[in-house]
Amino acid sequence: MFAYAVRRVLATIPVMAIVALFVFSLLYIAPGDPAAVIAGDQATPQDVERIRASLGLDRPFLIRFGEWVWNILNGDMGVSIFTNLPVTTMIQQRIEPTVSLMILTLCLAVSIAVPMGVVAAWKQGSWIDRAVMGFAVLGFSVPVFVVGYVLAYIFALELDWLPVQGYTAFREGFFPWLENLILPAIALGGVYIALIARITRATMLEVLQQDYIRTARAKGAGQRNILFLHALKNAAVPIVTVIGIGIALLIGGAVVTESVFAIPGLGRLTVDAILRRDYPVIQGVVLLFSFVYVLVNLVIDLAYTLFDPRIRY
Amino acid sequence: MDRRSLLKGAALAALPAPAFSQGAGRVLRVIPQANLTSLDPVWTTAVVTRNHGFLVYDQICAQDAKGEIRPQMAEGWVTEPDGLAVTFTLRTGLKFHDGERVLAKDCVASINRWARRDPFMQVLQPSVAAVEVVDDRRFRFRLRKPVPLLTMALGQTQLPCFVMPERIASTDAFQQVREAVGSGPFRFLADEWNPGQRAVWARFDGYEPRPEPVDGLAGGRVPRLDRVEWTIISDPATAASAMSTGEQDYWEYPLHDLLPLLKRNRQVVVEQRLLDGFYGVCRFNCLQPPFDNPAIRRAVAMAVDQRDYLRAVAGNEAGGWETCEGVFTCGTPLANEAGSEVLKTRSLDRARAALAEAGYKGEKVVLVAPGDYPQINALSMVTADLLRRLGMNLELVSTDWGTLVQRRTSKEPVEKGGWSIIHTTSSGQSLSLPVYHLFLRANGPQAWFGWPDDPEIERLRNAWVEAADPAEGRRVAEALNRRAMEVMAYIPLGFYWQPSAWRRNVTGAFKAPATVFWNMSKT
Repeated sequence: MFAYAVRRVLATIPVMAIVALFVFSLLYIAPGDPAAVIAGDQATPQDVERIRASLGLDRPFLIRFGEWVWNILNGDMGVSIFTNLPVTTMIQQRIEPTVSLMILTLCLAVSIAVPMGVVAAWKQGSWIDRAVMGFAVLGFSVPVFVVGYVLAYIFALELDWLPVQGYTAFREGFFPWLENLILPAIALGGVYIALIARITRATMLEVLQQDYIRTARAKGAGQRNILFLHALKNAAVPIVTVIGIGIALLIGGAVVTESVFAIPGLGRLTVDAILRRDYPVIQGVVLLFSFVYVLVNLVIDLAYTLFDPRIRY
Repeated sequence: MDRRSLLKGAALAALPAPAFSQGAGRVLRVIPQANLTSLDPVWTTAVVTRNHGFLVYDQICAQDAKGEIRPQMAEGWVTEPDGLAVTFTLRTGLKFHDGERVLAKDCVASINRWARRDPFMQVLQPSVAAVEVVDDRRFRFRLRKPVPLLTMALGQTQLPCFVMPERIASTDAFQQVREAVGSGPFRFLADEWNPGQRAVWARFDGYEPRPEPVDGLAGGRVPRLDRVEWTIISDPATAASAMSTGEQDYWEYPLHDLLPLLKRNRQVVVEQRLLDGFYGVCRFNCLQPPFDNPAIRRAVAMAVDQRDYLRAVAGNEAGGWETCEGVFTCGTPLANEAGSEVLKTRSLDRARAALAEAGYKGEKVVLVAPGDYPQINALSMVTADLLRRLGMNLELVSTDWGTLVQRRTSKEPVEKGGWSIIHTTSSGQSLSLPVYHLFLRANGPQAWFGWPDDPEIERLRNAWVEAADPAEGRRVAEALNRRAMEVMAYIPLGFYWQPSAWRRNVTGAFKAPATVFWNMSKT
């Protein structure tokens, strides 16, 4: 398995190279000009040209791409066109809120959705099943920002229990950290809970029909043992897969959630950079996201062996 | 559900909510109008960077509430009897945040860098022979001919001449400076800057304010707050909620849709702080058909009713907007409506007839609207509706501001990625004088996007700079307005007020041409 993991990590290199080329090309051909944004309304076309030249945006595509790749290989993601700060510094400033939000959402979603799916499968056709499926439809249908506004209305404005916006770093205490993140995590987790609950239910229903479940029942195993030890473990592979796929959903959802709750994370950094055409920041963040996504998939693949000993790498 | 309903619904709860976290001492928590992405107020013209500049830097002279220029860092200035030299003397006790004394050489370096980017100073620059250091406290402008507008340029608010240490001000004007070291009332805390989230300033204890009471941007700039903290909240509904719960103290530009809700909260004050309104502008591309024909531009102007535009942006609140049917800022000395009858037509039928008479043959009109800029997008939508009702062949391109600012540079026909109409807004200040009135310029390729070419406007503009007295200046301004209405390179759309909101425990807010935080405190 170690050799497989090493191979997979090495395989990320060409993937990252393709992502890098793709992102760089897209930004090159996309409309928008940071020099025009910087120069403002008062600037003459000559001023805009001078700013463009000073930023190196007037150089040929291949030279710019080559320089960027070379710098990346040397651990330098470049400097933001607007803030003059290194992209790595800007990412460092923003990574904690986003990672915190995603971990909390993930924990919250898995701890709610998996039991929901299991119970729904166990009580198939009952009101519990219908309620879980109803919630799943709702979770898929209601946009994250609407859930966010409703939660803020109830818990921050009406009840005054939680803050409306902002982020408190983990080092300043667990509860202040949680206080700021709990509403965004619930808002962001809605779709994720719906997705995992549905997959868990569907997979569990299939597993519960298997012979070995009947055998376990015949041997007198308790319902809890059957559901969580025999059935859930065998249903785990597709559930874990969907959790992995869902990371992409979380990354997308984090952009909206961070805007609604004014959380200074990578999602907002990306949106701000796109709107201003801050190319080095966009390239850095997209590269980071794609790297994380590739790594998550690797971890998921390796996790299969824990749930299904038949899988060997 | 439309944008307004959604925002109102989201912010509805803001009204009865009690304060969430009061008592943050003399720290003013501010929601600025935009994200502070750049620290160099010469390199970029972004208003948010200029407001940062007012916290950190000081000016040689500054504008008071009446628009007069008063000494600020300068103790005063002396103009030689022949008008060919103006000598400025600095006040004593001026210090930069790094502890160094402010010297005349710092002022000269700062003026030279700023003059390379400021359009107003560029008009005057041919008359300036040199700016030179006399001694540590004095510097002199040597002039080729008298320049009465010199102090107005130095003290302007539009692109202020902020003073930086010489070592920083010697940076090329097209390169961004890397440090924010000024001699203003607040120090920028670079370590706490997280662009997109937060920017923080602390009181500069070494600042020596002028003894006079504050008056616009002139007078004593007394830093009464320990810290000013900007938090970027891009979502207006969240910002309104944060104001209502007391998580934030001051909101620079609340969305107009949310003003009624904020006003109903007894803990929040909503008032007009800025002295000027924001003016709407509908700009034609004068290079490409159909708007290369001035008669077609004037025909569209005949259909415009400024009130429709202003309601779309600022709603129906009384006093929230005013029509202004001339090219100069209403209420300023040059404001006039000479030749503005075309803007008072307000008739679709007459406009349709004028359009047919002008020879419009159904050429495609591409209107580019920025969906991420609510005010400008609203102006664009009103024009789009108007053009459709006029029977023009309209293609509405909805995009983001970043794309629009690039697309507007294209001089190509619409079939090749060009454009026909764009909208923007401008502060009243920028439209008050011909020297920095961007949309009035008609010098062809050098003019603002749309590139109108009219030698008569340019001649009148120069005549205003040379005008001997205010009466003559006024006559030239009337001629300019008349000619601008004939050329109709843009349609003035009136102006709306942009109030600010602050918690009731914030004191000392005063009217000024820009958002500044000196003399303000918090109980």
